[in-house]
Amino acid sequence: MILPFFIIIPLLAAFLITLISGKKDDWAIILSIIAALSLLVLSVFSFVTIGGNTVVYNMSAWKIPYTICLVLDALSSFMLLIISAISLTSLMFSIKYIRHLSPSWKYYALFMFLVTGMNGVIVTGDLFNLYVFMEIALIAAYALVAYGSKAEEFEASFKYAVMGSISSTLILVGIGITYSTTSTLTLASIAKVLPERNPQVMYWVGGIFMAGFGLKAAVMPFHAWLPDAHSSAPAPISSMLSGVLIKTLGIYVLIRFFFNILGAPAIFKTIFLVLGSISIIVASFLAIGQWDLKRLLAYSSISQIGFILLAMGIATPLAIFGAVFHVLNHAIFKSLLFYNAGTVEMAIGTRDLREMGNLTKALPVTSSTSMIATLSVAGMPPFNGFFSKLIIIIAAVQAAHPGYALIAVIGSLLTLVYYMKVQRYGFRGEKLIEKPDVKVGLGMKASMIILAILCVVTSLLVIPGIREVTLDPVVSVITGKTDYIFNVLGR
Amino acid sequence: MTVYLLCFILLLVGLYGVITKRDLIKIILSIGIMGYAANLMLILFAYRSGAIYPILEKGVSPKIMVDPLPQALVLTSIVIELGITAMLVALAVRLFEKYKTFDITKIRRLSG
Repeated sequence: MILPFFIIIPLLAAFLITLISGKKDDWAIILSIIAALSLLVLSVFSFVTIGGNTVVYNMSAWKIPYTICLVLDALSSFMLLIISAISLTSLMFSIKYIRHLSPSWKYYALFMFLVTGMNGVIVTGDLFNLYVFMEIALIAAYALVAYGSKAEEFEASFKYAVMGSISSTLILVGIGITYSTTSTLTLASIAKVLPERNPQVMYWVGGIFMAGFGLKAAVMPFHAWLPDAHSSAPAPISSMLSGVLIKTLGIYVLIRFFFNILGAPAIFKTIFLVLGSISIIVASFLAIGQWDLKRLLAYSSISQIGFILLAMGIATPLAIFGAVFHVLNHAIFKSLLFYNAGTVEMAIGTRDLREMGNLTKALPVTSSTSMIATLSVAGMPPFNGFFSKLIIIIAAVQAAHPGYALIAVIGSLLTLVYYMKVQRYGFRGEKLIEKPDVKVGLGMKASMIILAILCVVTSLLVIPGIREVTLDPVVSVITGKTDYIFNVLGR
Repeated sequence: MTVYLLCFILLLVGLYGVITKRDLIKIILSIGIMGYAANLMLILFAYRSGAIYPILEKGVSPKIMVDPLPQALVLTSIVIELGITAMLVALAVRLFEKYKTFDITKIRRLSG
């Protein structure tokens, strides 16, 4: 059984790092890279072999109503793959960047706790266990946002922690209400029992979880913490938060809860559509006004999460395919953009677009990969972002939602506008910068190049033959709705 | 029913504190109150009038006991809240070092 290892490996790495590293961070780097590599190998293995199956692991060999079970299906292994790929590149980027910022083994230990929490949320099949892992990830995230020890970072972290605790309390109340109705905490049993006992409670619990996990996903009315937290964190952590954390704690849990457990009631799909549209449009306009590069990227994250929510609201198989594909694509290009922003901040000491200039000579790798990421996020043809946005728009038209299709088109045009601003002022401006102040490390360059290549390679996933073996099992887990019950509990 | 209503009011008191108070410490305390309300609610869901403690002894039927699972959940959630509160207090201390104030209206270097 490989399932518990997704939790054991990063947790063990975190403890070993705190135990054996003295003043230096060498052992911490080696251990965390080994842990991230082994997680990548495990998740690739599970994603390739899982197909349409579901693996259930009962902890301590108790049977299902009494145990905490771990569940692995195509959707979980897909999310695990994204987490381990992004965390490995993020660690490669961290080595030089964190040594420049303030070197310490604590960073790597916290990083491993973050990965533990996220992996736990993905593989768990128990509602309260999900809450516990979510808190592990969040506490690590609060600490990592404040890692740079500047005044703004503490401010952002405090804001994030307050908003996070409010939403966690809401989620705990929701768990309490669920338990009082169903007398069980296993997700599959809840899905089975809840409609039989009292369908009304479904709407109460759904509303509370929509607010709670919507706040974690930074959907538009709940977004206030995200631009501060994601722009203040160190660049590799920004990429982890924007690339995977909001998707794991937000989007993944929303999909699991509303599709697999509640069976996607129509009212919640409408809420997804409305919240998604608001996020796309408003966050795009807010992003256009920003001059701080990382802040602009953070607002862009809210807008792209809107696309995913919109596709989840349309809920046809094609739209779900678009949503799942956009989750993968957004993780790749947004992480890449945050690495670019981090490199620029380290090399020329600013992230204000007005003070940047022509960086093509000083930072050739950064400026060329940023061009690829920009074209990708703005939806230009050979890159992955084009395909996922096109699929979402086509799905909206097919499902007779022409208004939402129009919103998606306007949203992607606005995306093009603010990323052209990034390129025009930030990377290809008038003032030619000859030489960077600090040399860019090899690991930083390598992680940017890997993600830039992935931007092109992942667009191959739309080819029908490749799509059938990779993303279609993931889509069928989501569109299968409450088939999840039978997959976990057996017929 | 009244107890659930009172418990909900306690949750709202906490939320009111988080939203309206300007002092960092008071915000942290309000978050604590919200957490207590959630924990209290879990305990209330497990409670049955006239039921006894959930320890299995000879001659005691499980039917007259309260539900022990929410109590276990509450223990876990108390530990988590301890962690969150410690984190928040540590952040508040560092914020005081940087800004020399606990007033959130003066801690505004990040613009919306």
